[in-house]
Amino acid sequence: MLELLELLEKDSRLTTEEMAIRLGISKEDLEKQIKEYEEQGVIVGYTTMINWEKTEKENVTALIEAKVTPQRLEGFDRVAERIYKFPEVTNCYLMSGGFDLMVIIEGRTLKEVAMFVAHKLAPLESVLSTSTHFVLKKYKEKGRIFSKGETDEREAIFL
Amino acid sequence: MNIQQMIRKNVRDCPPSGIRKYFDLLNEMEDAISLGVGEPDFQTPWNIREAGIYSLERGLTKYSANAGYIELRQEISNYVKRKYNLSYSFDGEILVTVGGSEGIDLALRALTGPGDEVIIPEPSFVAYKGCTIFTGADPVPLSLRQEDRFKLTPELLESAITPKTKVVIIAFPNNPTGAIMTREDLAKIVDVLKDKDIMVISDEIYAELTYGREHVSIAEFPEMRDRTIVVNGFSKAYSMTGWRLGYVLAHKDIIKAMNKIHQYAIMCAPTTSQKAAVEALKNGDDSIRVMRDEYNQRRRIMLNGYRKMGLECFEPEGAFYLFPCIKSTGLSSDEFAERLLKEQRVLVVPGTAFGDCGEGFVRTCYAESAEKLKEALRRMSVFLEQFR
Ligand SMILES: Cc1ncc(COP(=O)(O)O)c(C=O)c1O
Repeated sequence: MLELLELLEKDSRLTTEEMAIRLGISKEDLEKQIKEYEEQGVIVGYTTMINWEKTEKENVTALIEAKVTPQRLEGFDRVAERIYKFPEVTNCYLMSGGFDLMVIIEGRTLKEVAMFVAHKLAPLESVLSTSTHFVLKKYKEKGRIFSKGETDEREAIFL
Repeated sequence: MNIQQMIRKNVRDCPPSGIRKYFDLLNEMEDAISLGVGEPDFQTPWNIREAGIYSLERGLTKYSANAGYIELRQEISNYVKRKYNLSYSFDGEILVTVGGSEGIDLALRALTGPGDEVIIPEPSFVAYKGCTIFTGADPVPLSLRQEDRFKLTPELLESAITPKTKVVIIAFPNNPTGAIMTREDLAKIVDVLKDKDIMVISDEIYAELTYGREHVSIAEFPEMRDRTIVVNGFSKAYSMTGWRLGYVLAHKDIIKAMNKIHQYAIMCAPTTSQKAAVEALKNGDDSIRVMRDEYNQRRRIMLNGYRKMGLECFEPEGAFYLFPCIKSTGLSSDEFAERLLKEQRVLVVPGTAFGDCGEGFVRTCYAESAEKLKEALRRMSVFLEQFR
């Protein structure tokens, strides 16, 4: 049921009762389905999207392009694992094109992120080079636009 | 000079919409929830808006051909083939109009006049009756019934046909009931009409909004193709109400006749909208699906809510309306709507706005966010307490 997954992705806080109503299935079937997805690793977790810019917490995000040497037998997976296990790394993707890994890092300050790259990432033997780009402003993430949306402009018209 | 006397009689006598008073009340309220609108709450998908913007940047600010840009008519031709198995040539069988509204008006003006009768199954969208009256023809209302799930049945249709009948309006998925007609339902209507000199105006503006099964057009029946004017448009499917764009499909002689009126009265449909519509037809299927799924979820929320509060409501399979029966309250539709608005600040439209047979029902539109719908349900349930 792709519709169930899409609904959960949009709003995971809906009660199972409401989701069942919306999808026109029984609550039991829904719960069973969700459990299956969790077991299969289709549903990996539930989180909340937060615009940290609006809080007092200091927060910077950086995108790091890394060129790495693949390891014998394991290819890129092993190198990637060494990298993504750092808690600072929020996203890690294997890429086609001009570099190999896209590593997204969140830290409190520019300095903290720069230090992480200098002390943890760049020195790794299999990392050949890195190129760090800091995010200045987030407009949209995971389909959500951070600024206030468009208002309802519908007028009273009879039809 | 008596100004009133200068106005043509059938225009003067045509009653204005009766629900103005509700909207006036609504405007004075702070936190009212309106289930009274009849248009999508979604914004037009961005790729479509962007195509409109781009057409302006390119300086496409002139008239198009009367019938609409060829490119758009070709896309419409592909689309109706792909979706509804309808074959209409861009060259002479498709006319791009200012909304489905213009299509309805053109069709009635091209076909009817004094002495003709137009059968209008009710409850119904309000434009058919008004536009019929303006041509000088006589609207013949036909009451559909909840026990038939507000479908048009061959018996009812047969009972309304007279030697003067020129046109039957068939409008499914329906505003205000949300009813649909399946292929089997339509086949019975085709049997009634196939050897009579009666034209069908098939208003299929909600064709993309069906839940559970695909829309079927009466024009897909070979016997009906040349007797039908299909009216469709972009307002509901793509959330493009303000762009004012629609189209009609018909036999080439009919299109030629409608195009005559169109070229003198309108010239051509707005060209920015036409360019945006090309993008909608080419790359809009995903947007439609997302909106349809969302409407469907809201439909179920509302239906479930009504069942829980003991409001009888048949399950509609199309459009974005529910048409619950409020007879159990002992109130008239008008009283129900007025009191619900005053006491609980929820606007619904009395069924009588859509024809006399709408008495005992109200139209509720679920083109609203799920949050608002749930709050509206809560308020309606409080309102209904007093009638238990
Ligand atoms: C049944 C029906 N037909 C036609 C229309 C006209 O739509 P438009 O002129 O925006 O295409 C509407 C609008 O509410 C409608 O409900």
